[in-house]
Amino acid sequence: MAVLDIRQRSGYLFLAVIFGHILLISAQVNSRTGVPVLEAVTFGIFAEVQRGVSSGIMGVRRVWNGYVGLRGLKSENDSLKRQLADAQVALQAQRALADRSRGLEQLLEMRDRSDLRMAAAEIIGAAATPDFRTLTIDKGTRDGLRPDMAVIAPAGVVGRIVMPSARAAKVQLLIDRNAAAGAIIERSRAQGVVVGSGEDRLRMENVSEASDIVVGDIVVTSGIEGIYPKGFIIGRVDTVEKNGPSYRTITVKPAVDFASLEEVLVVVTPTPAREAPGEAGGGRE
Amino acid sequence: MRAAGVFLAVALAVALQTTLARFVIRGLVAVDLVLVAVVYVALTSGPVTGLLTGTFAGLVQDALTTGVVGIGGLSKTVVGFLAGIIGTQFIVTQPLPRFVVFFGATVLHAIIYIGLYVLLDLRHFGTPVAAVAGQATGNAVVGVVAFQLVELLPGAVERRRAARTRLRR
Repeated sequence: MAVLDIRQRSGYLFLAVIFGHILLISAQVNSRTGVPVLEAVTFGIFAEVQRGVSSGIMGVRRVWNGYVGLRGLKSENDSLKRQLADAQVALQAQRALADRSRGLEQLLEMRDRSDLRMAAAEIIGAAATPDFRTLTIDKGTRDGLRPDMAVIAPAGVVGRIVMPSARAAKVQLLIDRNAAAGAIIERSRAQGVVVGSGEDRLRMENVSEASDIVVGDIVVTSGIEGIYPKGFIIGRVDTVEKNGPSYRTITVKPAVDFASLEEVLVVVTPTPAREAPGEAGGGRE
Repeated sequence: MRAAGVFLAVALAVALQTTLARFVIRGLVAVDLVLVAVVYVALTSGPVTGLLTGTFAGLVQDALTTGVVGIGGLSKTVVGFLAGIIGTQFIVTQPLPRFVVFFGATVLHAIIYIGLYVLLDLRHFGTPVAAVAGQATGNAVVGVVAFQLVELLPGAVERRRAARTRLRR
C-alpha cells in the first residue's frame, strides 16, 4: 500500500512538472500570428464564447439592418467606385517613387560598405547542448555589442550575436540550424541564401535555375539581410546536385574552422538595416 | 547530501559540455554529457530524483542556449523519470543493459526534443537519424564508461591501500 502511495505520488509529481514545463514553453512560444501560445489558447477559448454570444445578437441585427441598409446601397456603390479609381492612380505614383528609392538605396549601400569598425573578442565557451551551434564570447553590451551584430574571423564569416549580456555575448554560428545569410557566388554573381544544417556543411538555397554555380566557387555575403557586411567570405561550394535544370542541393564548406576558433571580430559598425529596428533578421525563427 | 551531489554532477557535466563541445563540433560525434549525467543519476537514485535532476539539468541547459526554455527541461524530465523507473524495475548492472538504457534514453530525448521544436515550428532538423544515432552511441559509450569508472575506482584504491599495508608489515 505504501509502495503504491509512493508510486502514485511520484506520478503526480511527474505530471505536475510536465504541466509546469508546458506552461513555461507556451508562455515563450509565439504562434504563427506572433502572439504567445498560452495567450493565444486562452484568448481562443474566450473568443469562442464571445463568438457564440455575439453571433446570436448579430443575427437579429443583420436581419433588421439588411432591410434598412438596402435603401442607401446604390449611392454607396457609386462612391466606392470613385474611391477605387483614385486609389489606382495613387498606387501607380507610389510604385514610381519606390523604384526611385531603390536606386538611391543601392548608392547608399555602396557608401556604407567602407570603414567597418570591429571589436576583438575571445571565445570563452560553447553551447550547452549539441543541438545548438553557439559560442560565448567575452565581450558584451558594455563594449557596445548589440543583437544581430555580425561576427567574423580572418578566414570568413562566423555568425551573429543573438544574446548579449553586460560582459559576454552568445554568438549563433552560421552552421546552426536556425542561421541564414544572404549569399553571392563571387565568380558568377549568382544570388541565394546560405543556411546552417547543424553539421559542418552549409546549404545554399533559393538559387535561380539560370544561375551558374560550380564546385569550388567562392561564396561571399550579399548583405541583403542587413546583418553581415557585403563581400565577406562564407566558404566554397562543396557539392552541386542538379535535378533537371534546377539545383537540388548545393552544399558549401565554411571557410572558418569553427572547432579551432579562439578569437573573433565583432562588426560594431551598424548596417543600414540594423539602424532601422525590426527589419534585420539573419535567423530563421 | 544527495541534492548537493546531483547539483555537482550536473554543474560538472554542463561545465565539461560547454568547454569540450566546441572541439567536437562535427555533428555525428556530439555527446550530450548533461543527458548522460541525468540518466546516470536516475539509474542510481530512482524516478523522483531522476525527474528532478532532469528538470534542473534541462532548464539549466535551456537557459544557456538560444532555444525555448522548457523544451530541454521537459525532454530531460521525461527521460530522467523513465530511466529511474527502469533502474528500479530491472537489474541494470551489466555494461550491455546500461548501454541499451543510455542509447534508448538518448533516442527518446531526441524524439521529444526535436518533436517539440518541429511541432512548434521553431527549428528545422531535416533528417536527423544519423546525428541522433551517433549521439546515442556516443552517450551510451560515455555512460557505460562512467559507470565502470565509478564502480571500479573505489575498489582499486582500496586494493592499493591493502597492498601497501601488507608490504609495510
